[in-house]
Formats: sequence, structure tokens, C-alpha cells
Amino acid sequence: MPIIEISCYHVWREISNYLEGEIDPELRRRMEEHFQGCEHCLAVLDGTKNVLKLIGDGRTFELPSGFSDRLKKRLESELG
Amino acid sequence: MVALTGRQSAAGWAGCGGKGAGLAAAANPAPQRNTGRTPEQEIALIERVCAGEKHLFYELIHPYERSVFVAAQSILQNEADAEEVAQESFLKALSHLAGFRRESKFSTWLVQIAINEARMKRRKDRKPLYDSLDKQNTDDDGDYIPKDFADWREIPSESLERNELRKALQGALASLDDKYREVFVLRDVQDLSIAETAQSLGITEASVKTRLLRARLQMRDALAPGYDGAWSMGETQWKKVRPW
Repeated sequence: MPIIEISCYHVWREISNYLEGEIDPELRRRMEEHFQGCEHCLAVLDGTKNVLKLIGDGRTFELPSGFSDRLKKRLESELG
Repeated sequence: MVALTGRQSAAGWAGCGGKGAGLAAAANPAPQRNTGRTPEQEIALIERVCAGEKHLFYELIHPYERSVFVAAQSILQNEADAEEVAQESFLKALSHLAGFRRESKFSTWLVQIAINEARMKRRKDRKPLYDSLDKQNTDDDGDYIPKDFADWREIPSESLERNELRKALQGALASLDDKYREVFVLRDVQDLSIAETAQSLGITEASVKTRLLRARLQMRDALAPGYDGAWSMGETQWKKVRPW
């Protein structure tokens, strides 16, 4: 079955759902076809994936130094 | 009384061993990510705390310290305030543990408390200065057009060892409007599901998806190499724009 082309604009609107895996197989196929021929949209996809990988890494947002000790002390003082 | 969502405050005080206990455990007996214990073990721990073994409470909440702190930080954008709110949230969780509704994850319940506490603090501390900023948050969720289309050179995870990349990521996050940042943090930093994010923030799943799209594209633009136009000037400029 021939793949119906979709616009860059359409791709941007669906790119987050694409990453979530929350689009129907036909749209996914059309988007993947689009990424093969559009380096701009591929750059948006690659960049977004990369940001999500970095932001989900535990090292990006660490607890402040001494956080756990202060919390334990607070709980102990409240519990008596 | 701890402020929870309408659904939760209406039916959430069933007491230890309330309706729904064990359902999650039966569906997924594997250890939960980052906790090292199964949902059954977690429920058993909650019941022991409820039964009076309060000294076990820290063991119960220890795996979620970061989640609660980051949720508060995403709203308050101030480390000291977020820590204070995180402590208060855990104390609220302790005093209302018997009301924990087992149909949601314990982690989601804790994050909900932290979000409510942080929002209350933000409202309480709000200064006139914030009024103009709040207006930005009334923007609609209209389409966001990416600004940078330069070929993306992957930033390796190892670069997170460098403080400048962590600062850049945190700075990009801080630049988002509140409503986008909150959704992004819960879904992409905390790894809550779309449904859990919606439940935690009291918004629809459709709103979560719309805000997530904008947040993700804005975050990408904020970290793109060619955002200031220097991309086309070559490798040297790349390093200038992205020094990690």
C-alpha cells in the first residue's frame, strides 16, 4: 500500500506521541518514512530523544547534600 | 488535613488494609524500579508502620526522597524551599498513611502530596512580582514550532558527570512555564505514566500530552547547538555553544 506523505508540521504535532508509542501503526509508518527523507524533522526527533535520555538520568537532579540526614533528624524529632 | 485531589480526599481514608490492597501486587510481583522491593513488600511495610512501627517509616519512604524533592523543586524552583516542602510532605504522609488509597502507587500518592504542599507554599509566598509571570502561564496550549533544525549531535550520558551540562539541563527546565515544567518533570524526570501524571496534577490525560509535546520541544530547542545561530560556524563554535 502506498504511503501517504505527511507534512513537517504534522510530524511536530505528533512527535511526542510517537515517542510515547501512542500513535496508530499507519501514522507511525508515515512518520518513519518522513524521517528518512527530512533531516530537519530527524534532527528534532534525535534531539528530543537525547534530551529525554539525559533528563531521565538520575545524575541530572541529585538530592542536595545532607538531605537524607536532615530528613531523618526531622522525622526522629517529630516521632519523639 | 493533607490536601489531596477531590477523588482521593473523598474516598482515600479507608484505613490500613483498605479496599484494593494487594491488587497492584498481584498484577506485578516484580520488584519496583529503584525501590528493591515488591509491591507486596511495600504494602506489608505500610501496614507495619500503620500498626505502630513508626521507626520503619524512613525505610518506607527512603526510595522516594528524590521523587518528592524533585516534584517540589519543579514547582518552587528553589532548593531550600523544595527541601522544606519535601520534609513537610513526608510528615503529612506519615500522619495520613492510614488513608493511603491502594489503587494508586505509593510513590504517586507521595508525589501528589508534595505537589499540593508546594503549590500551597507558592500561593502563600507569592509576591506581586509573580503576577506578571503568572500571566505567561495563561498561554494556551497552541502548537509549538521547533526553532532549531541543525543536525543533532548526540550529547552522551557520560557528559552528565560535568556540572555544566547538569546546569544547562536545569536551566532549560527552569525556563519552561510552570504548567509545562510540572508535566515534564513528572513524566520525563520521574517517569510517571501519562495517567499518573494527570492524576497527580488533577488535569486530563489529553492536557498532559499537549503540554508534554510543548515542553519536550522547548527543552530540545534550549539545548540545541544552533539556537544562537553559531551552529553554521563550525566545530569550534559547536564547542563554544555546547561546552560539554
